[in-house]
Amino acid sequence: MTSVDLFRQFANALQWGSFYALIALGYSMVYGILMLFNFAHGDIFMVGAYIGFFVASALVGLAARGFLPLPGWSILVLTILITMFLTSFVGMLVERVAYRPLRDAPRASAAITGLMVGIILETGNLALLGARRRKFPQLIETRTFEIGAVTVTNTKIMIVFLSIFLMLALHLFIRRTKWGMAMRAMAYDFVVVPLMGVPINTIAALTFAIGSALAAAAGIFFGIAYPVLEPYMGLIIGWKAFVAAILGGRGSILGAALAGFLLGFIEIFVAAIFPSTLRDLIAYSIILLILTFRPHGFFGESYSAKLRL
Amino acid sequence: MYKKALILVALGLLLIVSGWSGGVQEAPYDGVIKLGHIAPITGDIPKVGEEGTYSVNMLVEDINNAGGLKVGDLTYKIEVVTEDNESKAESAVAATTKVITDDQVLAIIGSYSSKQAIPTGEVANTRKTPTISPWSTNPRTTKNRPWVFRACFIDPYQGKVAATFAKEEFGIKKVAVLYDVASDYPKGLADNFKEAAEKIGLEIVAFETFTTKDRDFSSQLTKIIGSGAELLFTPQYYDEVPLIVKQARELGWNKPILGSDSWSSPELFKLGGKDLIGSFFTSHYAMKGATGATKEFIDKYNAKYGYKPGDVAALAWDATNILFEAIKNTGGLTGNLEEDRKAIRDQLAKVKRWEGTTGLMSFTEEGDPIKSVVIVRIDEEGEFSFYKMATPPELK
Repeated sequence: MTSVDLFRQFANALQWGSFYALIALGYSMVYGILMLFNFAHGDIFMVGAYIGFFVASALVGLAARGFLPLPGWSILVLTILITMFLTSFVGMLVERVAYRPLRDAPRASAAITGLMVGIILETGNLALLGARRRKFPQLIETRTFEIGAVTVTNTKIMIVFLSIFLMLALHLFIRRTKWGMAMRAMAYDFVVVPLMGVPINTIAALTFAIGSALAAAAGIFFGIAYPVLEPYMGLIIGWKAFVAAILGGRGSILGAALAGFLLGFIEIFVAAIFPSTLRDLIAYSIILLILTFRPHGFFGESYSAKLRL
Repeated sequence: MYKKALILVALGLLLIVSGWSGGVQEAPYDGVIKLGHIAPITGDIPKVGEEGTYSVNMLVEDINNAGGLKVGDLTYKIEVVTEDNESKAESAVAATTKVITDDQVLAIIGSYSSKQAIPTGEVANTRKTPTISPWSTNPRTTKNRPWVFRACFIDPYQGKVAATFAKEEFGIKKVAVLYDVASDYPKGLADNFKEAAEKIGLEIVAFETFTTKDRDFSSQLTKIIGSGAELLFTPQYYDEVPLIVKQARELGWNKPILGSDSWSSPELFKLGGKDLIGSFFTSHYAMKGATGATKEFIDKYNAKYGYKPGDVAALAWDATNILFEAIKNTGGLTGNLEEDRKAIRDQLAKVKRWEGTTGLMSFTEEGDPIKSVVIVRIDEEGEFSFYKMATPPELK
């Protein structure tokens, strides 16, 4: 691999890692606070992409009729905000319907529930919208820049920066706000803390809402980068982001974000160096090896009640 | 009692009358050639069944309105029994068996996609009934089945044509391939292309893969761009091609991209848009820029059914026509079903340099035609327009 190729692949990996990182955050938060794997999370990402598709199409339609004379980038910002808002309700609904009734049930039951919710979201979408692929509308004109010999697009740069921005915003929210403090307290001990007057249901709903909103942002970015939507698009990327969440250390926000990027880098560079047929085989063997030496991931602690967030 | 006697008398009269009239000009099968048509009317791909049925019916109507099909000295009316295979293998078996044994057809047109055409071929071959599939490209449909033919080219051949086109059209030396290693059709075609390309002196500088449902190809495409390749061949389906082409363009690829007949879907341009303009793919036929018999067929179909026919309709038209050609070439039917089926099969294998809406073709004992391939260019309006006809040396 030449040094030019190295930089090119670096840019590819940053974008690809952003998706894993944003989705992994949702897994990690829910696990950190509720000790629960939300296996429907990859499908919430898919729902977010579809909601984004409808919001963006509606806004573009309004703009075309002159009702909303806005430039493309402001339509994009509006789409992201509205979609994150709407998808957070999908997350809260899933929590209310599927997880809250099972909060005291064995953990395995809750995990299975997640799988079932995922299947319902996929097949529900299939029944509602059919198998036809949807094209995510193009909101901003793609421009390519030459930085040295590396070609990058404005959308790629935007996706990476907005993803990092959202992760920082989440970090600040958890560290600097009262709600964030309540979430950290809940992560510390979700048996005793509710007795101190922290409303567990509200915190659980909030956790799901934030996780889903981040997944929705990932869905829109995905739609911009890969504009063909289909009902099963969240399946594999959801599994892989789950791997990132575990690799980061269960419940660790920083770990999930870093592991998401790491996963992106491993996948891209394995395919770049080895025959691409062996990509996932080698990539996930590496992850397995890392977990063998660090079974609790990068920032996870074994069965401790230490602060996880 | 009376009634029964009356019916008996009537039947007896009928027998005498029919025997009499037949005495003068005795056409076997009462002057009607019966054909079976097995199509996916319902199931996953109803549009395929619809186009095929419309095409076959249109042709049969034309012939019957012109008086019928002249075989030897006699003229026959054509009757087609269309059966639904529900786009399922097991229903294809049942439908094929039914038309052969119950309806006693002379020959069969069908089935369409390989999933049903392979079982239809199996039944027809065992029961010794000549069969021609309009649309199945899998080699297994006709392999070791002397009674089964097809009207389209097969995948190995398509790979060869694509490689030759790449070399002759662009005068290049280095090519790259990107394909889905987990899917039969792209994998087979990628291998065929590679083999053919190396044979004619092209160098495969990148042979990159991904797996079904992958959406990011940036790593593979970056490698391809870095490999010095001058053309990218990607035999993928319409939902992947737009992503591959978009990412390639964004990563700085401005050289030609070549695809295969799996690109040929009206959805392709809707999903891919302007990035696809100027790309090429190999196909059975092109709607835009067609001339002669092809254009005539498109206009007639469009006028009758209100939309332009896809490659399925064109191939069904050709398959049915080839069958009629073979029936005519028998020189006359005997009335013995087994003998006539055999005669039609033998004539099918001898059809040479026959020109249809999908180009020039010659048949062989294997049942696969040597056939010209249409190279389609995606034009500025996003339409699949005729670019060039690639005719194999055997037909020149």
